[in-house]
Amino acid sequence: MKITMYEKIWNDHLVHQPEGQAPMLYIDRHLLHEVTSPQAFEGLRNAKRPVRRTAANLATLDHCVPTINRDQPIKDPVARKQVETMMKNCADNSIRLYDMDSPNNGIIHIVVPEHGFIHPGMTVVCGDSHTATHGAFGALAFGIGTSEVEHVLSSQTLRQKKSKTMRVNVVGTLSEYCTAKDIALSIIGHIGTAGGTGFVIEYAGDAISKLSMEGRMTLCNLAIESGARAGLVAPDEKTFEFLQGREFAPQGEDWDQAVAYWKSIVSDEGAEYDTEITVQADDIAPQVTWGTSPEQVIGVDRKVPDPQQFDDDEKQKACAGALDYMGLQANTSITDISIDYVFVGSCTNGRIEDLRAAAKVAEGTSVADGVTAIVVPGSYWVKKQAEEEGLNEIFLASGWQWREPGCSMCLAMNGDELKPGQRCASTSNRNFEGRQGKGGRTHLVSPAMAAAAAAAGKFVDVRKL
Amino acid sequence: MNPYTNHTSVAALMDRSNVDTDQIIPKQFLKKVERSGFGVHLFHDWRFNADGSDNAEFELNKDVFKNAKILVTGDNFGCGSSREHAPWAIEDYGFNTIISTSYADIFYNNCFKNGILPIVVSRKELDNLMQEIHSNEGTSFSIDLPEQTITTGSGNIIKFDIDEFRKQNLLLGLDDIGMTLQNVDKIDEYEARQQQTHPWLWK
Ligand code: SF4
Repeated sequence: MKITMYEKIWNDHLVHQPEGQAPMLYIDRHLLHEVTSPQAFEGLRNAKRPVRRTAANLATLDHCVPTINRDQPIKDPVARKQVETMMKNCADNSIRLYDMDSPNNGIIHIVVPEHGFIHPGMTVVCGDSHTATHGAFGALAFGIGTSEVEHVLSSQTLRQKKSKTMRVNVVGTLSEYCTAKDIALSIIGHIGTAGGTGFVIEYAGDAISKLSMEGRMTLCNLAIESGARAGLVAPDEKTFEFLQGREFAPQGEDWDQAVAYWKSIVSDEGAEYDTEITVQADDIAPQVTWGTSPEQVIGVDRKVPDPQQFDDDEKQKACAGALDYMGLQANTSITDISIDYVFVGSCTNGRIEDLRAAAKVAEGTSVADGVTAIVVPGSYWVKKQAEEEGLNEIFLASGWQWREPGCSMCLAMNGDELKPGQRCASTSNRNFEGRQGKGGRTHLVSPAMAAAAAAAGKFVDVRKL
Repeated sequence: MNPYTNHTSVAALMDRSNVDTDQIIPKQFLKKVERSGFGVHLFHDWRFNADGSDNAEFELNKDVFKNAKILVTGDNFGCGSSREHAPWAIEDYGFNTIISTSYADIFYNNCFKNGILPIVVSRKELDNLMQEIHSNEGTSFSIDLPEQTITTGSGNIIKFDIDEFRKQNLLLGLDDIGMTLQNVDKIDEYEARQQQTHPWLWK
């Protein structure tokens, strides 16, 4: 029988199906950060259960770490306690942790691929919805809740229900200055934030094969914003080349055996999916969200919609509510919207390629009056690489701030945040009400679009620069 | 986890769709390392004014909804982040039942780990339930989990579907991990096999 990559990975990880219960799936790799794990460790302690397989875990500190004055203790006592708790939990359980002093520190989903910790065909989980990122390697990677974190720590398995499969074919050629971020946002705009619920999405088509590994990570990272359990891209030569030589990648004679296995897990030609959609890459313009949900997104060359344009009552209500929160009038051209803040960073767009794209646009410009623009590299590796290439100099010369790595303004837990009413061009993944600070207004864009907005003080179409 | 028992309780109405976990429990409250005490922060940004007083406009602040155990709400409830703090806050506030047309995957899973029953009804059924609360705020619904029914104040009965395994766990208040670890021999066997077939995963 011809089957999909998802089904192959599933079959290879099925441990047991107890009568009348949900199947038990083996988990190869488990990622941890400070926000969603303390209660899981507490649960283990209370039940006197050990961590089953310490080497399968990798942890970092990212959500509440400061991006300035890193040599000083964290000011917020509650955040400090969370960080200290994580350090203690990892030490007590012999779990590898890239703490704030480690040269490997950074956002979990950026750090983990840097070290080759995730390979094609693996099952990967983390108490974090953007775990979907690692689908870029052809690994089945998804976010879980804290009770499940505890379940994985103690049993190295999860109780799972099988998902349905969706293939999204992205065909044709993406225009210059359009990126994986624009593909992802336009798909979400198309199918909605619940369009992928119950599905694992496999991204296929020539526009996807042409993406770099970084681009594929951005794309899969955003799979969760369409409600999907996970995103997947078939592993290919680019994947193998990316992994080869990294710390946790297979070495020596294992390498050939691993590559042979990786090649075997791609979907069979002719395998059937529960749903399939096709998107023309040529039609995708740089995307800008105008509302408070990632599905409220349009091309930069369009106008903010009028609630009346939607047929559905719910959508009309959502549109009116979003315009109200965002302080926008219907029918305003996107390029007439001014901004106060620019954030380049996050696990969606905090990789070296993203910083290069932003720097390319920022070079020779200066940040518009009244606008604050910050770059937060996704990890210390990214930061170091960028500095070697002189990207920090470009940003600084243009009036940007150059910060230490972390999640920062992606969810504004560490003190970096918008003030009420401030409007931000952000390369992150969620434009929910208050996500970047209470009353803050977020527009999701690609790094190049963010840099163009920083210089103009409003959105501009990067294709026209 | 306490077993889920049949109950009759006030049904509170929050007629909003796509309520995300950032609204359910804003991130400034995620720094605690304990599991309890999140209820006071539930829907914080909607529920309180800037000075900390109750926002009279927010639906759940209505007196008639104060002791509700049932939350009736719009499509795609619980979307966004995987934070289990969301169901912790909901449960700690006092809700043990949610009624909607749909939920985000991770949130839905998380509910069952915390003794919360997330009921899925059709669009039409939800409209009727909302209508009934609108016309009689403070009305009570009865939930019968073994029979999988909601009975409204006016006597309407709605049957709902639920996975049998999850239903039994809720009714018994069972700990998933304990059940899984009863199969530890299967996990041992799997690992031994994988070390043979995929040795590189073990180095
Ligand atoms: S960068 Fe944002 S989305 Fe990514 S892990 Fe951090 S908070 Fe979550």
